Amino acid sequence: MADNKREIDTATNTETTGHEWDGIRELDTPMPRWWLITFYITIVWAIIYTIFMPAWPMINSATPGILGYSSREEVAQELAAANEVNAPLDERLANMEIASVVEDPELLRFATAGGGAIFRNYCSQCHGAGAAGAVGGYPNLLDDDWLWGGTLTDIQQTLTHGIRYEEDPDTRYSQMPAFGDILEEEEINSLVQYVLSLSNQEHDAEAATAGTELFMDNCSVCHGEDGRGMQDQGAPNLTDSIWLYGGDPESIANTIHDSRFGIMPAFGGRLSDEDIRKAAIYVHTLGGGQ
Amino acid sequence: MLAGVKIGAMGALTLLFAIAANWGHEEVYRFHAFLLMAVSAWAFLHAIRTADAPAAPKAALEHEYMDDVIRYGVIATAFWGVVGFAAGTFIAFQLAFPSLNFDLPWTTFGRLRPLHTSAVIFAFGGNALICTSFYVVQRTTAARLWGGNLAWFVFWGYQLFIVLAATGYILGGTQSKEYAEPEWYVDLWLTIVWVAYLAVFLGTIVKRKEPHIYVANWFFLSFIVTVAMLHVVNNLAVPVSIWSSQSVTLFPGVQGAMVQWWYGHNAVGFFLTAGFLGMMYYFIPKQANRPVYSYKLSIIHFWALIFLYIWAGPHHLHYTALPDWAQTLGMVMSVVLWMPSWGGMINGLMTLQGAWDKLRTDPVLRILVISVGFYGMSTFEGPMMSIKAVNSLSHYTDWTIGHVHSGALGWNGMITFGALYFLVPRLWKRDGLYSLSLVSWHFWLATIGIVLYAASMWVTGIMEGLMWREVDDQGFLINSFADTVAAKFPMYVVRGLGGVLYLAGGVIMCYNLWKTATGATSTSRPAQAVPAE
Repeated sequence: MADNKREIDTATNTETTGHEWDGIRELDTPMPRWWLITFYITIVWAIIYTIFMPAWPMINSATPGILGYSSREEVAQELAAANEVNAPLDERLANMEIASVVEDPELLRFATAGGGAIFRNYCSQCHGAGAAGAVGGYPNLLDDDWLWGGTLTDIQQTLTHGIRYEEDPDTRYSQMPAFGDILEEEEINSLVQYVLSLSNQEHDAEAATAGTELFMDNCSVCHGEDGRGMQDQGAPNLTDSIWLYGGDPESIANTIHDSRFGIMPAFGGRLSDEDIRKAAIYVHTLGGGQ
Repeated sequence: MLAGVKIGAMGALTLLFAIAANWGHEEVYRFHAFLLMAVSAWAFLHAIRTADAPAAPKAALEHEYMDDVIRYGVIATAFWGVVGFAAGTFIAFQLAFPSLNFDLPWTTFGRLRPLHTSAVIFAFGGNALICTSFYVVQRTTAARLWGGNLAWFVFWGYQLFIVLAATGYILGGTQSKEYAEPEWYVDLWLTIVWVAYLAVFLGTIVKRKEPHIYVANWFFLSFIVTVAMLHVVNNLAVPVSIWSSQSVTLFPGVQGAMVQWWYGHNAVGFFLTAGFLGMMYYFIPKQANRPVYSYKLSIIHFWALIFLYIWAGPHHLHYTALPDWAQTLGMVMSVVLWMPSWGGMINGLMTLQGAWDKLRTDPVLRILVISVGFYGMSTFEGPMMSIKAVNSLSHYTDWTIGHVHSGALGWNGMITFGALYFLVPRLWKRDGLYSLSLVSWHFWLATIGIVLYAASMWVTGIMEGLMWREVDDQGFLINSFADTVAAKFPMYVVRGLGGVLYLAGGVIMCYNLWKTATGATSTSRPAQAVPAE
């Protein structure tokens, strides 16, 4: 029996168990008291906790616990409480002319705070957390350049029905033709030079002159003869320095050649009318609202 | 006769994989079939060439330990360690600088992240566990590994699993279960390898020459058995076709989530805790040359640990669709697990009683001891984070990532480094390590790296948790998700630098081990088994 070899370890004055493996021996130290007591305390606490909270699975359901806690109910209650607090303000917001919200400071504060939260949840993915947009089709909402109009009702309409969003019959819709199928490369180049001249960028004057007539024939219906765009058509103003897809010659050539087709989803049905109003008011207050 | 069967089987497999490489539905499947075809073709040729070779004299080897396979395991551990640390450091910088994704499918974070986790857990950690368990079980049973060349099958089979898993991730193959990403055929292969591993380990214990089974072997055995069970259950799935890598899991919805985290948390509990405690129980008493602190504590904390860990999975699913009762049980079992986990820490640290002075002179012991320190810290942090009130803040944040890494880098990494420093001079029969001062360098680089990592993740984790729940006086959210990402940037850079330090330490270790292994020959440490008395 290996136990016959129990000996006293001199460094700790503790008996060994007498076992030995590859030179490793074991001391017969008792378990540390503090360790054992803490272990027992956690066990007692665990038993008490499971008496109060839903815990032990039975045949058809689990023990509900003395407190009858339910995480689903807790969330429902918290949401209901928050909604109840905000309900009077929401009701006023829903029954008010949206343009006159500005005149009610309490409601305006409520709408911009709530609209900001909605914006950060639903809109910031494309328009950016600071609403500055991004080149490639995501409009900057901080400036006063609006594709489909920047009044409160315009923004509300855009949010509710989206842009070129097929699932909503009332969506805002327009489509620029891809001129690569219609015009020659040289003609497209002349157009590019003319568009560059509209926004006072460096351009080839001779080609731009050649492009003038092409612009009048092909583009002015939507972008206007002066190139200032048309909000009914969602046609951008070409005379300023704000570009949705880039204002360099190559980007403009691509836009003319292949066209663009930016889509924004409709939020009507996904968000309540009050929430859409809040988001519209928030966007309107960002700096460019009309 | 046996040689004929082998040749026939390998030839048939080569043909089967050639057909699979032709008919596979996905790129990843065809690539794997091609790889397996090459492996079985090699095995086919090998079987033909060795068909007439005389069998090795078995009896002559029986009184010697089987150390060749452990030497290979040590090399594989060090190699995969550096690969895994490098991948981790790279993806840490991807999070800080997204342009490092290079806009290529193969180099995106989504594919490299499982590459990193599998490389460090399964390739580095797994090889460390396999080779140290083979070393420890032979020394503490005074018996040669059971099963002849089966140990070699385990080693090479496991490397094949690693290569299949890693190339699969890069090529986009995943069954999207965290830490169990490999597809069904890779899972099947690992099951075969794992059963062979269990057979070798258990066979060696059965034929032991010592009367008792040493505590390290309890932990190793519990790790091997439980991982087999976890792996099989969590990967139960029906392939959509034998020519496809894709499959449908047996567990839908919330049951699937529960099974996944039962697996996931016990991968932590049994792979990264129980298995590594087996290493701790051998290498710390050996390096300190002291008896284990308390036999009673080792028994109680072993059984308590393995009984409790298996319940703790639901704490990964707090405040989800998982029923409340399961969340409660997951939480209380995790908290009760605190002391059983600390039992290992106490036994590790207190084994140094009467030998604390060695910490001043022995950097290898220092590495082993700090690993136990990190173990104690993360096994306190874990139960704390499993408490629902804490979890409601910490869940989904970088705090979790920091927690995992103080355990993985601090405990698993450091104890493995210590074991490698212990093993290489003995396995290559050298008088000692090439350089102890390089071990000190490794110690400090790794420790500072872990501190940078854990501290930066505490800061960003708590910060983003607070930012996510920040509301104004009317209950409206203040921050967008992108705001929280932008706020984390500086800490992501700090975390990446921590990774660089840790990786640098790993590279220094490889150099030191290489120099040790190739250094002047010494025969002062015979590798013969000492017969049990």
